[in-house]
Amino acid sequence: MPAPDFAAARGPRSLNRSPTSPRTLFASAMTVLSVLFTLLALIPLVAVLAYVVVNGLPRLDIAAFTQLPPAPGLRGGGFGNALLGTLLTVVIAAAISIPFGVVAAIYLSEFGRDTRLAEWVNFFTNVLSGVPSIVIGAFAYAVVVLTTGTFSAVAGGVALAILMLPTIVRTAAEALEAVPNDFRQAAIGLGATRLQTTLKIVLPAAVPAILTGIMLAIARAAGETAPVLFTASFSRYWNTTVWQPTATLSRLVFDFATAPYASQQQLAWTGSLVLVALVLVTSILSRLVTQRRRK
Amino acid sequence: MASTTDHSSPMNRKRSAATRLIDDGFVWGTTAIAIAVGLLLAVIALQVGEDALPAIQKFGLGFLVSNRWSVIDGEFGALTQIYGTLVTSFIALLIAVPIGVGVAIFLSEDFLPPRIKQPIVFLVELLAAIPSVVYGLWGIFVLIPFLSPIGIWLNANLGWIPLFSTAPAGPGIYAAGLVLAIMILPIIAAISRDAMVAVPAELRQAAYGLGATRWETIFQILLPAGFSGIAGGVMLALGRAMGETMAVTMLIGNSNTIDSFSILSQGSTVSSLLANQFAEAGGLQVSALMYAALVLFGLTLVVNVLAEIVVRRFSLKL
Repeated sequence: MPAPDFAAARGPRSLNRSPTSPRTLFASAMTVLSVLFTLLALIPLVAVLAYVVVNGLPRLDIAAFTQLPPAPGLRGGGFGNALLGTLLTVVIAAAISIPFGVVAAIYLSEFGRDTRLAEWVNFFTNVLSGVPSIVIGAFAYAVVVLTTGTFSAVAGGVALAILMLPTIVRTAAEALEAVPNDFRQAAIGLGATRLQTTLKIVLPAAVPAILTGIMLAIARAAGETAPVLFTASFSRYWNTTVWQPTATLSRLVFDFATAPYASQQQLAWTGSLVLVALVLVTSILSRLVTQRRRK
Repeated sequence: MASTTDHSSPMNRKRSAATRLIDDGFVWGTTAIAIAVGLLLAVIALQVGEDALPAIQKFGLGFLVSNRWSVIDGEFGALTQIYGTLVTSFIALLIAVPIGVGVAIFLSEDFLPPRIKQPIVFLVELLAAIPSVVYGLWGIFVLIPFLSPIGIWLNANLGWIPLFSTAPAGPGIYAAGLVLAIMILPIIAAISRDAMVAVPAELRQAAYGLGATRWETIFQILLPAGFSGIAGGVMLALGRAMGETMAVTMLIGNSNTIDSFSILSQGSTVSSLLANQFAEAGGLQVSALMYAALVLFGLTLVVNVLAEIVVRRFSLKL
């Protein structure tokens, strides 16, 4: 039986598609469209960053970081108290969420792996990360503000802690699970208890990755406004205690963005620049750290 | 065997009761805290529900269908805000789903060498990292001045369509929807990309082997195979859009009444209502706001649980 002559059967056409066939044209058009969509998606990023840098830089001076907000209509001033307030609320949030988050992650990775209970905890933690931050603010308002009778840095810290918790649990659990099982077996083989294995072997090996997750969670929390809106609230003065209304940088940006005074709008842009820089630097750092670890 | 244990050998030394107690206590302690973290979701729902109780008893389900929010009369209904939440989220999905899936396709195919592709993937992710309040600030000073002429043109030329029947006055539902689209785009792009990358290579090779072009493969093989992952991502994005607060509050105009279906008119969402009124609220108003928060919580919970189930089922299958 002679081999069928495909080339002859198809006439002069080759295996290459004709560049003018409808199928090829459609494919080329779609390729162009997808490139356009990707460029379109990057426009807001470039535009936001450019405007924040251009409008924020002029007031990026020492006074901005050290002075109190200017009274309406006055020039100068800064967001020193808001920066301190953001630091306060974030430190409180970290102090609450890191221990709970890491310990819960230890259970998920070390003792509960593949159990029904761990699956449920994972599920609820994931759903918790989808709860609107403003609802978490309402919860913190009910639990802390209504019971203590005052807006405070603590109330803001509690709200941010709940917001950070799912991120910390997830990244810490992933970090712990990435520790090779040989470590655990070696430790148990040497007679270590589960407590010793976890605290002296597994946890130290996972610390860099856990810290990366915590850093990301903190940077995101520092930029969050909705949860501190009516928990930490706002103040034009320096904090003397954590039980008083506390300004945060994100709330200051919100207030001053809608204020009619140029000097306050200026500060809103500079405050945004600080927030964006914080988030970008931590995102890039954590990415470099994870990349290096993969290599 | 145990009776003949040689206690001098370290191999056979039994741990003291105290050591074992501490060790068991450690395991139980971590378990208890993990359960507590899991239960936090329920605690939030119960607490918000408890504070909403007076308003729930007073207004019942009528709260959901009344559009009167009057602090002075003590009459509260959240229809305007629920409508605003749904419409802004819908506009956001309408814009972000095609673009997000387009980006996902572009970044999951081999159009670009990995050296160039990886940074672009990272840049798209960075869109999600910019704080919401910064988008709001940018929206007020850049986006709205840019959009206003477009809105005026739409109203002047297409005003007979109910969607464009009012003249825009700066902020409005359309501006809030557009910023929401920017904010949820990275979620859709990232999860859709994961879904498409996870489609087994054999499917793609088989399609190419049968002579399909790249885009025939994408539309007829990759998108259907990755559909559940993409759907999960879209639902997660929807949940995020419904709960997003700051940028929306700064751009939607915060009007507590609806008088038309125009997307050029000002409006409010449940979250912007909470953001605007909580700090100065008292008495029944706090309770009504808690009721609104509970409604928002319920809406996002349903969407997120469905998304979680879809994504989970999809990741188990592949």
